[in-house]
Amino acid sequence: MYVAVKGGETAILNSYELLAQQRRGDPNVPELSVAQIRQQLRLSVDRVMTEGSVYDPQLAALAIKQSAGDLVEAIFLLRAYRATLPRLGYTQPLNTAGMHIARRISAAFKDLPGGQVLGPTYDYTQRLLDFSLLATGKAAPEARTAPVNNEPTPRVVDLLNHESLLEGQLPEEGDPDPFDLTRQPVRFPANRSARLQNLARADEGFLLAMAYSTQRGYSESHPFVGEIRFGTVDVCIVPEELGFEISVGDIPVTECQMINQFQGSQTQPPQFTRGYGLAFGHSERKAMAMALVDRALRADELGETVTAPAQMQEFVMSHSDSLESSGFVQHLKLPHYVDFQSELELVRKMRQSHALPKDDHASE
Amino acid sequence: MPLNELVELAPVRDPQINFAYLDERTKRMIRRAILKAVAIPGYQVPFGSREMPLPYGWGTGGIQVTASIIGPSDVLKVIDQGSDDTVNAVNIRRFFQRTTGVVVTTDTTAASIIQTRHRIPETPLQEGQVLVYQVPVPEPMQRLEPREEETRKLHALQEYGLMHVNLFEDLAHYGHISSTYDYPVLVNGRYIMSPSPIPKFDNPKMHQNPALQLFGAGREKRIYAVPPYTNVESLGFEDHPFEVQRWQAVCELCGSNESFLDEVIMDDQGKKMFVCSDSDYCGKRQVAA
Amino acid sequence: MIQPSLKDMGRGFSNPTLCSQAVFRQSLVALSLPGQPQALDLSLSNPNMQVPQNAHAAAAALLLALLDQDCKVWLSAGFASSDAAAWLRFHTGCTLVTDASQADFVWVADAHELPAFENFAQGNAQYPEQSATCVVQVLDFDSKPSQDAWTLSGPGVNGTKHLKLVGLSDNFVSERRNSQVHAPCGVDFFFTHKQSLIGLPRSTQVKD
Repeated sequence: MYVAVKGGETAILNSYELLAQQRRGDPNVPELSVAQIRQQLRLSVDRVMTEGSVYDPQLAALAIKQSAGDLVEAIFLLRAYRATLPRLGYTQPLNTAGMHIARRISAAFKDLPGGQVLGPTYDYTQRLLDFSLLATGKAAPEARTAPVNNEPTPRVVDLLNHESLLEGQLPEEGDPDPFDLTRQPVRFPANRSARLQNLARADEGFLLAMAYSTQRGYSESHPFVGEIRFGTVDVCIVPEELGFEISVGDIPVTECQMINQFQGSQTQPPQFTRGYGLAFGHSERKAMAMALVDRALRADELGETVTAPAQMQEFVMSHSDSLESSGFVQHLKLPHYVDFQSELELVRKMRQSHALPKDDHASE
Repeated sequence: MPLNELVELAPVRDPQINFAYLDERTKRMIRRAILKAVAIPGYQVPFGSREMPLPYGWGTGGIQVTASIIGPSDVLKVIDQGSDDTVNAVNIRRFFQRTTGVVVTTDTTAASIIQTRHRIPETPLQEGQVLVYQVPVPEPMQRLEPREEETRKLHALQEYGLMHVNLFEDLAHYGHISSTYDYPVLVNGRYIMSPSPIPKFDNPKMHQNPALQLFGAGREKRIYAVPPYTNVESLGFEDHPFEVQRWQAVCELCGSNESFLDEVIMDDQGKKMFVCSDSDYCGKRQVAA
Repeated sequence: MIQPSLKDMGRGFSNPTLCSQAVFRQSLVALSLPGQPQALDLSLSNPNMQVPQNAHAAAAALLLALLDQDCKVWLSAGFASSDAAAWLRFHTGCTLVTDASQADFVWVADAHELPAFENFAQGNAQYPEQSATCVVQVLDFDSKPSQDAWTLSGPGVNGTKHLKLVGLSDNFVSERRNSQVHAPCGVDFFFTHKQSLIGLPRSTQVKD
C-alpha cells in the first residue's frame, strides 16, 4: 500500500547532523581554529572577503571553517551576513598612491621611482610540493624587518600622465555618486562604476576565463601591466560633526593598472587606454583579471566593435556573481517532477502519434 | 518519529532576527515595488534583490515578497510541487517560523498567504488571500532573446512577434506546442508574462482569480503581479487553441480525476501509479471519502 | 513649512516594524481591489502617532509606512502652514522637493489642489513603474450606486463597482482618461478620508 512521502522535516534535521559530522571530520584530529585559518589560509580569506564584499578577516575565516573549505559557499555565507548589516556611511576614495607598499611591480618599465619590490610572491617559486610541510612543529620563519622605504612610490599611471600618454580618468560631470548594485538592480547599458563593482565581487574563475579569452583573440587590447601594488591603505571618513578627514584604520588591498591599446582620432592625439582592478588582501590574479575585463567592457565607450563575450556587458555582468550562478545551477537538484511529468505526457503523446500508421492522404 | 516530538521540531521565533529577516529599509523598497507591480499587471518591476540565507535560484524572490508582506497575524502555507512536505517547502516554512513566529498551515483554505513553487493549489482561492510564486526566469522571452536590454524594448513596444513565431514553429515541427510548463500568458491584454514553471494545466486558474497573485524572482531581481479579477489568457492560435493536460488514470489515493497527478514508479519493471500533486487537496478528499 | 523643535515633533509609529507592515498590507489590498475603502486600524501604534495639521490619519500613516531615504516627496500648498513636511522628513528621512515632476510621492492636502497630471512623473515605456504615487485627501467617499458616481472596471474589480469621491474636481476623470493614452505609463492614486483609504491604480477603467 503506497503511503505518501512524509518526513521532510525529520530528513532536514538529520541532514544537519550528518553535515556537522562531515564538517568536523575525524574527531581525533585537532579542531581547526578560526585564528589558524585567518593566519595560514590567508589567501582563501582574501578571496572570500573580496567576493563576499566585506572586509572582515575574522568573519571570512569563520565562513571558511563553517563551509569546510568550500570557498564559494563561504562567500555566500559572508554575503548573506552582509545583507543584514546597516549602512553607516561611506569612506573617502582609497588613496592607493599613498599605500604602504609590501609589493610593487611594473612590467611596462625596467625601473621607476620606488623601484620594483618583489615582496611576498609565489611568482618565482618552483612549483614543487614541499613535503617538509607535512610535519608541523617547524620553527616559524623569522620575521624580517622590511627595509624602510622612504622613497616616494608614485603610481605608474600618474607618471605616464606627465606626458599625457595615458587617457585621463576624470570623474563624470557633477561627480555623481558611484552606482550601488547592492541597493538597486543594474540597468543596461551600465555605467563604469556599476561595472567595476560587479567585477570586484565577481567569481574569480569566471573572471579569469573571460580575461584569458581577451588574450586569445576574443577581443584584443594589447595589455601591459602598468603596475601591480599590494600593501595597506588608510580608510578615511569625514564625520559630519568634525568636517575633516580622519582615518578609521587600514586594510590591505591589491591594485592593478593595465595599460592597453592606444586610441586616437582626428582631434585627439593617440593615448594609451586603461583597465582597473582592485581586491581586498593579496589577490593579484583577481585584480589582473578584473583589469583586463574592465578594459574589454569599455568597448562601447571607446567606440570599439563588440565581437567577443568579454566585451558584452550583459553577458559578463549577468554571469559573474557566484551566488547567482551556483544557486541557479544547483537549483536543478530541487524537485522538478511536476514539470517533468508535463514533459513526459507530451513526449508520450508525440511518440504515440509518431508510431501510428500514416494515412494515405497525410502530407509530410 | 512520534507526533509530539515532531511538533517540538518546529523552530521558535528567534528574537535576535528582525521580524521576517529583512531590514526595514529593504522591506520598504520591496513594498514600493510590489505596489507598482500591482498597478501595472504583468510588468516586471526591477528591484534591489538581497542575498538571503537560501541560495539564489531556490526561492529567494518568493521569500523576499512574502517577507515584505507578512504580518504576525498571517497564516502561512508553503508548498513545492504542490506538496507541503517536500524538503524545500519545509525549509522555507521553517525559515518563516523562525523569523516571524506566524501560525503555519497545510490547509489551503485557512492560509492568508500561500508561497508556492511550480503549482497553483487545486482548491479555489478566495478574495483576501495572497499567492506568492517563486519564479526562476521572469522574462518569458529569455530563451529566445537573452539580452534584457532587448526584451525590455519588446515589452515597451508590445512587440511579441518572437513568441508567436516560436509557438508557431513548434506546431509546424511537432504538431504540438512544446511548452508544457511556464507557458506564456497575456495579462490584462497588455504584457506577456511568465506564470513561473507551473504546468500549463494550472494556467486557467490564474484568470479572474479572486486572490492577489504576486511573483518574485530574486536572482533575476524582478517582481510582478496579477491583481484579483484580472484577465490572464494563455497564448495560442485560433486553429490550435490552448489546451490543458489530461490523464487516463485517476488518483490512486483519493480517486480525483480533476487534479494534476504525479507519476510514482513502483518497481524496477517500470510499474507506475498516479497520485495527486496537491497534498492538501488529496488529503482532504481522502478524509471526506 | 513649519519646523518644530525636536521636543515638539509629533510622534510617528510606536512600533515602526509592525505598524508599517499593517498599514502597507492594507494599502496593498486597497490598490489590488480599487474603489473598495479600507479602514486602517491605527490602534497598533500605542501610543498613537500624532497626525500633522491638515493631514488625514490614513494618508499620514500610509506615507510613514512606505517612505524612506530613497524617496522624494512633494507636498501641496495646503501643508504650507503645517508641520507635515518636517514630520515626514524626520520620521522617514525622505527628501522634500519643490518640483512635483521629481517626486516619487505626492501628498495633496485638499483634493481641489491637485495639479494637472502632466506635472507628475509618468514613467516611460521601458520603465513605466518610474512614476509618481499620489496620496490625495478628499472630503468623503461613497460606494453606493448613484447619478454622479463613477463606474469602475478592470483589474481588481469584480465586474463593476461604483465610487464617488467628494471634493475632487469634475475634470479628474477626463484628465485621467487622456493620460491613459500613454498606458502603461501613468500615475497611481490613493485617496484618503480620515482613517480610510481607497486605491486607484492606473489600470482601472473609470466611467463617469
